[in-house]
Amino acid sequence: MGTGIGARVKRKEDRRFITGKGKYTDDIRMENQAYAAFVRSPHAHAKVTGIDKSAALAMEGVIDVLDGHQLTGDGIGNLICGWAISSRDGSPMNMGAWSALATEKVRYVGDAVAVVIAESQALARQAAEMVEVSYEELPAAVFADKALQPGAPQVHDNAPGNLIFDWVIGEEEATEAALAGSAHVVDIDLTNNRLSPNPMEPRAAVATYDEAEDHYTLYTTSQNPHVARLVLSAFYQVAPEHKLRVIAPDVGGGFGSKIYIYPEEITCLWASMRTQRSVKWTGDRSEAFMTDAHGRDHISNVKLGFDADHRITGLKIETIANLGAYMSLFSSVTPTYLHATLYSGQYVIPHIFGNVKAVYTNTVPVDAYRGAGRPEACYMIERAMEVAARQLGVDPAELRRKNFINEFPYQTPVILTYDAGDFGGNLDKAMKAADVAGFAARKAEAAARGKLRGMGYSCYIEACGIAPSAAVGSLGSGVGLWESAEVRVNPVGTIEILTGSHSHGQGHETTFAQIVSDRFGVPMENVSIVHGDTDKVQFGMGTYGSRSGAVGMSAIVKAMDKIEAKVKKIAAHQLEASEDDIVIEGGEVKVKGTDRKLAWHEIGLAAYTAHNLPPDMEPGLKEGAFYDPSNFTFPAGCYIAEVEVDPDTGVTEIIQFTAADDFGTIINPMIVEGQVHGGVAQGIGQALLEQVVYDEDGQLITGSYMDYAMPRADDVPFYTIEHNTTVCPSNPLGIKGCGEAGAIGAPPAVINAITDAIGTDALSMPATPQKVWMALQSTASLQAAE
Amino acid sequence: MQITVNGIPREVDASPDTPLLWVLRDTLGLTGTKYGCGVAQCGACTVHIDGEAVRSCQVAVGDLAGNVTTIEGLGTPESLHAVQAAWVAHQVAQCGYCQSGQIMQAAALLATTPDPSDDEIDAAMSGNLCRCGTYPRIRAAVKAAAQSMQET
Repeated sequence: MGTGIGARVKRKEDRRFITGKGKYTDDIRMENQAYAAFVRSPHAHAKVTGIDKSAALAMEGVIDVLDGHQLTGDGIGNLICGWAISSRDGSPMNMGAWSALATEKVRYVGDAVAVVIAESQALARQAAEMVEVSYEELPAAVFADKALQPGAPQVHDNAPGNLIFDWVIGEEEATEAALAGSAHVVDIDLTNNRLSPNPMEPRAAVATYDEAEDHYTLYTTSQNPHVARLVLSAFYQVAPEHKLRVIAPDVGGGFGSKIYIYPEEITCLWASMRTQRSVKWTGDRSEAFMTDAHGRDHISNVKLGFDADHRITGLKIETIANLGAYMSLFSSVTPTYLHATLYSGQYVIPHIFGNVKAVYTNTVPVDAYRGAGRPEACYMIERAMEVAARQLGVDPAELRRKNFINEFPYQTPVILTYDAGDFGGNLDKAMKAADVAGFAARKAEAAARGKLRGMGYSCYIEACGIAPSAAVGSLGSGVGLWESAEVRVNPVGTIEILTGSHSHGQGHETTFAQIVSDRFGVPMENVSIVHGDTDKVQFGMGTYGSRSGAVGMSAIVKAMDKIEAKVKKIAAHQLEASEDDIVIEGGEVKVKGTDRKLAWHEIGLAAYTAHNLPPDMEPGLKEGAFYDPSNFTFPAGCYIAEVEVDPDTGVTEIIQFTAADDFGTIINPMIVEGQVHGGVAQGIGQALLEQVVYDEDGQLITGSYMDYAMPRADDVPFYTIEHNTTVCPSNPLGIKGCGEAGAIGAPPAVINAITDAIGTDALSMPATPQKVWMALQSTASLQAAE
Repeated sequence: MQITVNGIPREVDASPDTPLLWVLRDTLGLTGTKYGCGVAQCGACTVHIDGEAVRSCQVAVGDLAGNVTTIEGLGTPESLHAVQAAWVAHQVAQCGYCQSGQIMQAAALLATTPDPSDDEIDAAMSGNLCRCGTYPRIRAAVKAAAQSMQET
């Protein structure tokens, strides 16, 4: 089997990952390393009235105890939000200050107030317990809807009523009119449950200050080390960019939660300068639950109108989005432009209006988590479509098909222009693979066993390949979202690809090498991928939003275009032929139609010896490129879940899960299918198991794997995965992206299946056995009463 | 005190109540075994003690009785254990972080249950969390490893 585009090439990364030889941040050991432990607030909301460090400082082996006044006194800046969103009245968002170490006030359980630096991790933690912080407790605003009510406790003084912004998209009056004139309107309240991303590797940082060079090095668990360096330099004033190296080595999963630059990395860098020691911090699992940005947490009302012919007339969505105690890096864009721009789903909807109120609460910041705003949009649209089919008494697949967008490009009423797709084809493929035709018989067979069998659809679409820089700039982004790459052909012909994308489970070392091998005919083992180090790679925007294929690989293609042009010039010169007649095939550079050729490595050698290059050509064979996409990409698909519910216990079993995805060009199906497995598993987790719970006082109830149920081996089925490819027209490889699809498409499919099985739509995520059983009881009592 | 890790006796200077996980990682530099939760809820730190899969975060080094095998001692890149080979064949790993624990758990299962059913695999592996959601491939790889071990 080949190694080119479309081949199921085995991952280059596996060799180290399955033998325990991966190098993750906590595996890094520096000479003269000290350890940090954070003193964290036990209260959701309190004034800090004093910090007594004396007992901790008296402990042998404690190097220093540092607080927020020292941090701000040294000029370390507040944490930022990277995307400005304006309210409907044009006013800017109300952003409260966030210091890496709180000074006056703490705003969530886990908010850091001080850091202990000590000779061992155990000692640092013991000493952190000895730091006495005096608090004056304040009432807490914990739940987003209650935080908006008059008289609710104020999280930040400059966000009156805890409202960060009151944002709108689409046409309000036209949508209201369309709904008013509709033959039928589905009106449902939906919540999107708050989730904890929980990568298995906890966040960690190892910071070293080199006084002689006045230079910092930070190893950290980041999905985007260059963005981390930019933000640490430009906003937090830790060090200028040329004096700061950020390395994200092997990273044990991110799912969005490792995009952000957290207080701990800032503090470790600063503390390494203060103490003249390497400072290492590795979060424990409690800290992961307590301080990693959470995801989702929306409360919404959806109104979806239909005419008498069951065509959609309009859609109105009102949402309250909980952003937690501080505005994290992408917290403002996640429930707005990454969310409401997908309200059209796969459907022709003439009029759409959306309103999102973002709210401060005394909980950990909420930001992007796998899917980031798009799962929340998909859940509402696909639940509403299923409920509509039930209320209208029509087949849910056919109601969708009747309303599908079939012509491209399609301008939605909510900014985006879908460029390509085959929604009907996705649905057909999924229905065939799921044997929808045989469902009635399976349902009857299940009923005979006393089980309730249900089937649910989800036709999802997402916007990926994030993102065209000018477009996001016009919408408030503080950064451009291009990607960069450099291709270095060495004198012996081996190739190094330096990329600004970062791999933390996506297998870039394999797929990126595949496109190079495919292009130049060089064996995979002669191509290496360099990423995750700001000293090696010039710049990059990192990996999130399913962007590494569509944007990161496109940058590599652009750089390879330049390499190819130079290679052809060298070969034409040496082989005395026209450039137009030179072809690169199978590791050779040939004159078309002749036996004249040079081996690939001979070109590399010629470029570097420079003994016989065309006049005026520079020696060397190295090219760089920046790729800025011209549009988002639009992965789409159809998921069908088939479940059985045990009416005695409320336990749901997913019997079959079918995915028919359109990801555009697929470089490596093995890796793409793995991404679908992972996304769907997290989607099943959201649908059935996962829920972050805070109590009325803002205490985190779900702070361990005993209380927060992530999917385990016996919670996920085998999946049936189909592909239905339409090529993305906006990037050179035709890639749409695949990383988030499962997490976006799966939750409504599962909930639609369960509600089909139990005969009521009054069911919220996660559909735990208790909730399903309760829903069944109320259905049964209703039926008994009728 | 002396402990035997991957067949080699090692002199260890650590407080007896130190969890084995930290002795392996910090004292012996065997970083293939990972911290995930510290309270035996995730399985990332799974090692073998006399062939049995245990959570090394819950074993005080002073209480250790038996020989320890870590991922570094299971197989080498040149000579993979059957479970590791199956992990490659089925392309299980994504971010890789939990996979040392998964592999050690699977190897211990196959040592006692050479031909496990799907349910037996799920039961044995349900203590090992994988947030990348690699479970279907783990199931397939365990079956493949079982088959290859029976053939040899």
